Amino acid sequence: MADTFQFELVAPEKLIFSDDIEFVVVPGAEGDFGVLPGHALLLSTVRPGIIEIHENDKPKERFFVGGGFAEVTPERCTVLSTESVNLAEIDESAARARLDTAERDLNDAASDGEREKAEKALEVAQALVAACS
Amino acid sequence: MATLKDLRTRIDSVTQTQKITSAMKMVAASKLRRAQESAEAARPYAQRMERMVGSLAELLQDRDDAPVLLRGNGADKTHLIVVATSDRGLCGGFNSSITRATRLRIRQLTSDGKTVKIFCIGRKGREQLSREFGSLIIGSAAEVGKRGPSYDEADTIGQTITDLFEQGEFDICTVVYNHFKSVMTQIVTFQQVIPFADSAPDAANDDEAEQIDHGGAIYEFEPEEAEILEELLPYNLSIQVFRALLESAASEQGARMTAMDSATRNAGEMIDKLTLNFNRTRQAKITGELIEIISGAEAT
Repeated sequence: MADTFQFELVAPEKLIFSDDIEFVVVPGAEGDFGVLPGHALLLSTVRPGIIEIHENDKPKERFFVGGGFAEVTPERCTVLSTESVNLAEIDESAARARLDTAERDLNDAASDGEREKAEKALEVAQALVAACS
Repeated sequence: MATLKDLRTRIDSVTQTQKITSAMKMVAASKLRRAQESAEAARPYAQRMERMVGSLAELLQDRDDAPVLLRGNGADKTHLIVVATSDRGLCGGFNSSITRATRLRIRQLTSDGKTVKIFCIGRKGREQLSREFGSLIIGSAAEVGKRGPSYDEADTIGQTITDLFEQGEFDICTVVYNHFKSVMTQIVTFQQVIPFADSAPDAANDDEAEQIDHGGAIYEFEPEEAEILEELLPYNLSIQVFRALLESAASEQGARMTAMDSATRNAGEMIDKLTLNFNRTRQAKITGELIEIISGAEAT
């Protein structure tokens, strides 16, 4: 068994995943990055995308994240996400409906603040739909 | 002396009240379970968030270019107090203990020459505080978390607070809420959120609070630290508000359950007393009637 480190994925409502793992790929704001045990200290924003947990060089579990922050230390990696679901539990039609709502909200946005918010929501919804396929 | 009819009416009405309070207790108990679960499930997030921001704060505390949300704007003239209460009453001392603590804090701050502003979450707090400090209330939110607080609601409140701060409405922001310790005990907690203060508000954090020392190693930031912090800090604020809302919701149900439980018990005692009184009166009446009959018979 290879070296492991503690990986935690947390959503505001609850702790989604917490275990010792070998390798994880996190969608950082400036590109995906992989984390192995002993990784240098890193703080990064996370863009909407998929977190992939690997075991024995094979993907074991995949989670969708709607953005957030990742903190990496040599012995730990913590992802604080705005929302997150196991990829297996995503309902594709619900995701598409969300994409539609987000698009409509963007069109209806009256102020700059609203538009900014809608753009973010749209980005998350697009990533969610992409994650389904 | 109350007549038999009066007593019977009272017994009936107390029995009705008891039915209501015991039903409310049941409802509170089932809501409590859900609220408690979500409050406890959300704790890890807030704790890890605090740890992350805490280590960042340590790193940046001596630098002048640290974001204002982190180090404050240097002044402590105007305080904003965010008060988390419930929308509905009938939950014992839940709301009054919060408002009492808030009132004390406001008086203390005012006597120190500070300006105080209040933001109310929940209708009850606003009602109770507006009597004395009506002019200080700058905003309020009601009907928050009717079906359990959601992160979106907390985010809206968090953003309102951030906006107010950026407009220079206040210098220091504190959130007051009931921390859910157990069903019987809720602890009024003051948590300073702006500028960021590393405070572990409860003992439950202790097992999680591990001291990390990386020998002064510097974090790599991706993208720039300023950018990260700009996103992270308002987000952290929303999370702290969210936590306060969840804790407050759980505390409210706990307080209501305890209050309704004792109300049910009191009603039971009252029914017992009234029933005893009723029986005594009935017997006294019967005895009186008997005496009348007997003395009537003897006289003939």
